Amino acid sequence: MSGDRISIRLTVNGESVAREVEPRLNLVDFLRDELGLTGTRWSCEHGVCGACTVLIDGYLTRGCLVFAAQLEGCRIETIEGLSRSGAIADLQAAFHRHNAVQCGFCSAGMLLSAETLLREHPTPSRADIRDYLSGNYCRCTGYHAIIDAVEEVATSRAAKGSRP
Amino acid sequence: MSILSFLDRPASYIGKRVPRPNAKRLLAGGGHYVDDLRLPRLVHLAFLRSPYAHARILSIDASAATRAPGVVRVFTAKDLDGRYTPWVGVLTHFKGLKSPPQHPLARDRATWQGEPVVAVAAESRALAEDAASLVKIEWQELPAITDMAAALAPGTPIIHVEFGDNLAFTRSVDAGEVDAAFAKAFAVVEEEYSFARHTGVCPEPRSILADYDQAGESLTVHYSNQAPHMMKEIFAKHFVLAENAVRVLCPDVGGSYGIKIHVYPDDMTAVAASLLLGRPVKFVADRLESFVSDIHAREHRIKARLALTKEGEILALEMDDLTGIGPYSTYPRTSAVEGNQVVNLTGSWYRNINYRANLRVAFQNKPPTTQYRAVGHPIACAVTEAIVDRAAAELNLDPAQIRRINLIPDDAYPWTTASGLKFEKLSHQAALEKLLKLMDYDGLRREQAELRKKGIHRGIGLASFVELTNPGPAFYGVGGAPISAQDGATIRLDPGGSVTCAFSVTEQGQGTEAMAAQIAASALGLPIEKVRIVTGDTERTPYGGGTWASRGAGIGGEAVLQAAHALKQNILALAGVMLQTPPENLDLADGWVMDKTGVRRIGLDEVGRAAYFRGDTLPPGTQPEMAATRHYMPKLYPFAFTNSVQGSYLELDAETGFVRLLKHWVVEDCGRVINPMLVDEQIRGGVVQGIGGALYEECLYDAQGQLRNGNLADYLVPMAAEMPDIEVAHIETLTADSDLGAKGAGEAGTAGAPAAVMNAVNDALKPFKVRVSSQPMTPQRILKALGKG
Repeated sequence: MSGDRISIRLTVNGESVAREVEPRLNLVDFLRDELGLTGTRWSCEHGVCGACTVLIDGYLTRGCLVFAAQLEGCRIETIEGLSRSGAIADLQAAFHRHNAVQCGFCSAGMLLSAETLLREHPTPSRADIRDYLSGNYCRCTGYHAIIDAVEEVATSRAAKGSRP
Repeated sequence: MSILSFLDRPASYIGKRVPRPNAKRLLAGGGHYVDDLRLPRLVHLAFLRSPYAHARILSIDASAATRAPGVVRVFTAKDLDGRYTPWVGVLTHFKGLKSPPQHPLARDRATWQGEPVVAVAAESRALAEDAASLVKIEWQELPAITDMAAALAPGTPIIHVEFGDNLAFTRSVDAGEVDAAFAKAFAVVEEEYSFARHTGVCPEPRSILADYDQAGESLTVHYSNQAPHMMKEIFAKHFVLAENAVRVLCPDVGGSYGIKIHVYPDDMTAVAASLLLGRPVKFVADRLESFVSDIHAREHRIKARLALTKEGEILALEMDDLTGIGPYSTYPRTSAVEGNQVVNLTGSWYRNINYRANLRVAFQNKPPTTQYRAVGHPIACAVTEAIVDRAAAELNLDPAQIRRINLIPDDAYPWTTASGLKFEKLSHQAALEKLLKLMDYDGLRREQAELRKKGIHRGIGLASFVELTNPGPAFYGVGGAPISAQDGATIRLDPGGSVTCAFSVTEQGQGTEAMAAQIAASALGLPIEKVRIVTGDTERTPYGGGTWASRGAGIGGEAVLQAAHALKQNILALAGVMLQTPPENLDLADGWVMDKTGVRRIGLDEVGRAAYFRGDTLPPGTQPEMAATRHYMPKLYPFAFTNSVQGSYLELDAETGFVRLLKHWVVEDCGRVINPMLVDEQIRGGVVQGIGGALYEECLYDAQGQLRNGNLADYLVPMAAEMPDIEVAHIETLTADSDLGAKGAGEAGTAGAPAAVMNAVNDALKPFKVRVSSQPMTPQRILKALGKG
């Protein structure tokens, strides 16, 4: 049942947010229903498929396995924030060029995972990319184009010697 | 023809790798799926589903649920009485197909684990689920019929007693002289195959938001669906509403693959609830209930026999298919199509004329199975290609060689198969040779031989096949289904010189909008940025079938081409009046009206302004017509068949039974390739979906009809690490049925991959003299074949 509400104050995509939330309110529902950030999506709801992937204090996290009430003082980044800031513009452009997106339902999680991979390992092999993205389920593309896109961005970022 | 010449000219977008205009929005998290809608007074639905595969409902006590916080209404079957008419999943062209009337909620018994029984409408999904857990149902368990063969055995309890047995449908083909051919054969090979049940696992689960406006007597349904016009007919019919009072909107769809084209009882309940409450009602299936309420697919047990000459020529093929469809044939497409396709397609790409097939379709107490990406093709292809490989081994022929001997020759068309399929023109031989070169077949064979000496077991698998695309009315309409075989496009010139195209084919991510924009831009001589495509709205697009059976580009694309061509004539007629020049001396290019020498005369913006704002400047009696609508349906052939061949290279670990996919190749002939990047991506995605069924995916049921792995942790889907790179090449054999010449490509990957991978696994197992003929080919099944299980 709903129970008492809990006050939380956190930062979402650079904006500070304060809410009273039910203890059972999930981070994905919090983002979608409280803040209208619908780019983070429900799909498996048990931490397998990666459609709900967000960054919490810079760490790649399954939104469906986190309660909003746990996030006092945390810094959340979602696909909307990373799109607006331009932080993943080169990845988005490469996904577009390679058609590494079909229905688009997995794309937010896929992009956030790819971005985190490139932060942790700036020069991954093709097998490294496949391995790292294996927590993100895509039913449409067969993954090949996604791997192409991430590989291309890794190469171009490495050539530039810095992030875009 | 002039139309072909402008499609082919340098400024054309046809044949180019054009990125999808609508994909940028999806990549920024800006997709608009049904669950993203926020409507005032929205009610959320949760279901209580049957925990038993087969059980009688003795009583339902919903009193506590009704009093629970946030609950708006609790619905049982009798609460919906009078607000709908039941539906029956039969069509007249499948003679003898049986299925009982189906209802939104189970009435006095449930016939599969997961069938919806009670629906709770509440202010939030969480509150609806809280309340659903308070509903008390008294059940009396009935015998669960799960095994297909047992379902048809004498003495087995009958699921629908009124039918007298559990046999839903049968079909037989007996062409040529099968017995005589077997009698004179040099070699006869025989094998049994089984294919497990699997399911679609759409990233976006099934989602519906039904919004009935009581005062306006109109129903608007926001629906994650492939066929909005079909669903509009169905909602109008079964909720007894005026046809034009129903509007179906399909915004972005998060994957469908055939899952989102059937009538689901829970979706019908959501509509009924909105009609009864006069409020918007949303139902989004969660992942666990998707596993037991989405349609399942495949589940076949097949015996096949092949007769051959000493030289490897196929003399005859015989096949018995037993398939299970759950307790109902699905509506409106029926569950007969899968087995029917297996019968029609098996062996059909070989010259053989002696063919006998028997199909039996059984009722069971499991979720309904029906059309899912590549319907019947993966089964027909795997059985044919596996037994052909087995015959090759028996006769000591190379797998490539036995195909060379038997494939229908490229110069033999038109061709009619033993099962009666008509092929306009295919390219099996050219495709096979191209594939062998692409994969360096001889080099791989040498590498395989070298590695075998070191105890490394690699396998090479080939699979040729045909794919049914661009279906005409013979597929469904002829049997009485409200399923349109034609599609339409309306293209309008806007005053500023851009165009808007309303298109009946929907977008599920396959690239409908890009394909339509490429055709319209090429035909109208416009930069592609000037073309806007509108889809997924029954009120704002022409009538059409939507997305299924690999038909969007071949059928819908031709409608766009013809509409653009008609609009061009209208634009040139008006420009001719404005320029006092005969229209035949004018053309369109780069957004301009040009004369035949390539000199720009006036911009399309000027034509648009004159048409809409400055009619006063036109000669009296001039009526500009700056929009055109055209429809298209295939006419020459009932279906446009395509052909393809796939190659798989893999490594098998004989100690663990694990298979590592190294590479996959495809040569595809889908006629004119409008956008090679999008076609390649359809093929690649399809291949991986096929690999899922071949190696991983299986709905595991126990004898009581309980699903044992109904979640994404236990039900394995292909993920990036296990998948190979997939190389795709094309041959373009155009169909003469349309000016565009395009056929379909959406399902070919899924059709052929399971066969190619199965043949590669068995090729790797060759030194052990064992074979695997059950899919998915799990490590457990491979070890069992190796005698280690």
